[in-house]
Amino acid sequence: MKPPPFDYSAPTTLDEALALLLEHGEDARPLAGGQSLVPLLSFRLARPSHLVDLAGISELGSIVVDDGHLVIGAMVRERAAERHDDVRLLAPLLAQALPLIGHPAIRSRGTIGGSLAHADPAAELPAVALLLDAELVAQSRDRGKRTIKAADFFSGFFTTALQPDEILTEVRIRRPALRTGSAIEEVARRHGDFAMVGAAAMVRLEDGKIADARVALTGVSDIPVRATEAEAILEGAEPTDEAFATAAEEAAKSLSPPADLHGSSSYRRHLATVLMRRTFKLAAQRAKEAA
Amino acid sequence: MSTFDVELTVNGTPRQGSVEPRRTLADFLREDLGLTGTHLGCEHGVCGACTVLVNGEPARSCLMLAVQARGADILTVEGLANNGVMNPLQQAMWESHGFQCGFCTPGFLMQITALLVENPNPGEEEIREALSGNLCRCTGYESIVNGVLRAAGHDGSPPEPRH
Ligand SMILES: Cc1cc2nc3c(=O)[nH]c(=O)nc-3n(C[C@H](O)[C@H](O)[C@H](O)COP(=O)(O)OP(=O)(O)OC[C@H]3O[C@@H](n4cnc5c(N)ncnc54)[C@H](O)[C@@H]3O)c2cc1C
Ligand code: FES
Ligand code: FES
Repeated sequence: MKPPPFDYSAPTTLDEALALLLEHGEDARPLAGGQSLVPLLSFRLARPSHLVDLAGISELGSIVVDDGHLVIGAMVRERAAERHDDVRLLAPLLAQALPLIGHPAIRSRGTIGGSLAHADPAAELPAVALLLDAELVAQSRDRGKRTIKAADFFSGFFTTALQPDEILTEVRIRRPALRTGSAIEEVARRHGDFAMVGAAAMVRLEDGKIADARVALTGVSDIPVRATEAEAILEGAEPTDEAFATAAEEAAKSLSPPADLHGSSSYRRHLATVLMRRTFKLAAQRAKEAA
Repeated sequence: MSTFDVELTVNGTPRQGSVEPRRTLADFLREDLGLTGTHLGCEHGVCGACTVLVNGEPARSCLMLAVQARGADILTVEGLANNGVMNPLQQAMWESHGFQCGFCTPGFLMQITALLVENPNPGEEEIREALSGNLCRCTGYESIVNGVLRAAGHDGSPPEPRH
């Protein structure tokens, strides 16, 4: 359980880090909080020959509000984001999701960018980014900056649109519209473990009816997915328990979650149904309170 | 592979060493600095035995490289007692029989230290939430939770009633 040998650099600017990634090619990897990468090294599931530590790059470490967007630097620690007032105010769903990640000692090191770049199908933040239509900004030495929509970012099991020479620099999240409520819930074997299935929902009410409903699921596919059938059923509907139950049941029919040691496919589908129903209800309740 | 000089503060004392980048902070503390109070159970972030404070925040020393800790202020279990006298948390844990074999204890003590700084008077739920990432195979956790409640009482406020 010890990592294999590798080289290491600790650049202090983004330019330097991008140059190092380019120089070392596919054998190099950014190191953020290390809460996923170090276990992968110890298990020898990852064998990069060079780690580029992003922790010394101050331009990746801030949270700012820009033109109605919350802009979170990739190296902001999960624990710091969780404690930040602007996150609670402008991205309540993110604030609700962060405490579900692992344990305090994991979140004090783990970063927002690291979680998104790692793209674990059970992870909370990729689903939250998808639900909130977050924009992920990536940068490389040769091609400069580009903005990737969350819907295009997660491309497969632990795989994203990031190229080996790219660094995820920030996430941009638009502040929610008025009368919007959100909720996230999940079922895990043990407190703090990666969840078997999770659901994040957002409901916007207008004149007492659902103007917009969204839900994203973790653990039912190799990437986080939106349950669009449920969203379509709820649009224009009254926010009743029956409507949420019908929407959840209909949407669950088209899911074919993976089966593993922790749960069969049908058990996961069942969890998804229950969690969608619960999070819709809670989100609608919060939307009412926000009105 | 090149080696790196690591200078950091451990329990208030400046320390240094020279390491390969793959050296974890846990191994650096234990093997290079001889501070074997920090224990290693799983070595992949799950058990919490290796928890230390890094600049005041709890962290898994098995998931941190020593090179990442350059310049940091580290507190380990060896830094809790004062001249051989247990601090109030250690005393409270001792009085509550908060350990049996003691393997998990250093990690618990460090995680609890962080909890009590953030929240000097936590309730049982908050304690269980904060300690959920630390595993103990012996005690069944009751005596550990009691120890934290007792320690919180030391800070002037009585522990919340048990239910
Ligand atoms: C015991 C335990 C429990 C956990 N439970 C959960 C959980 O319940 N939910 C959850 O979501 N996560 C959980 N995690 C993982 C945790 O959230 C990690 O912090 C996170 O997945 C990775 O973030 P990191 O900053 O540590 O990244 P690292 O581990 O440093 O990096 C992860 C990967 O992302 C790449 N990367 C990192 N940053 C960038 C960047 N800016 N640009 C490009 N590539 C980058 C790295 O090269 C690496 O491949 C858990 C971890 C542990 C050890
Ligand atoms: S040894 Fe570090 S968490 Fe188990
Ligand atoms: S006292 Fe033995 S593992 Fe906790």
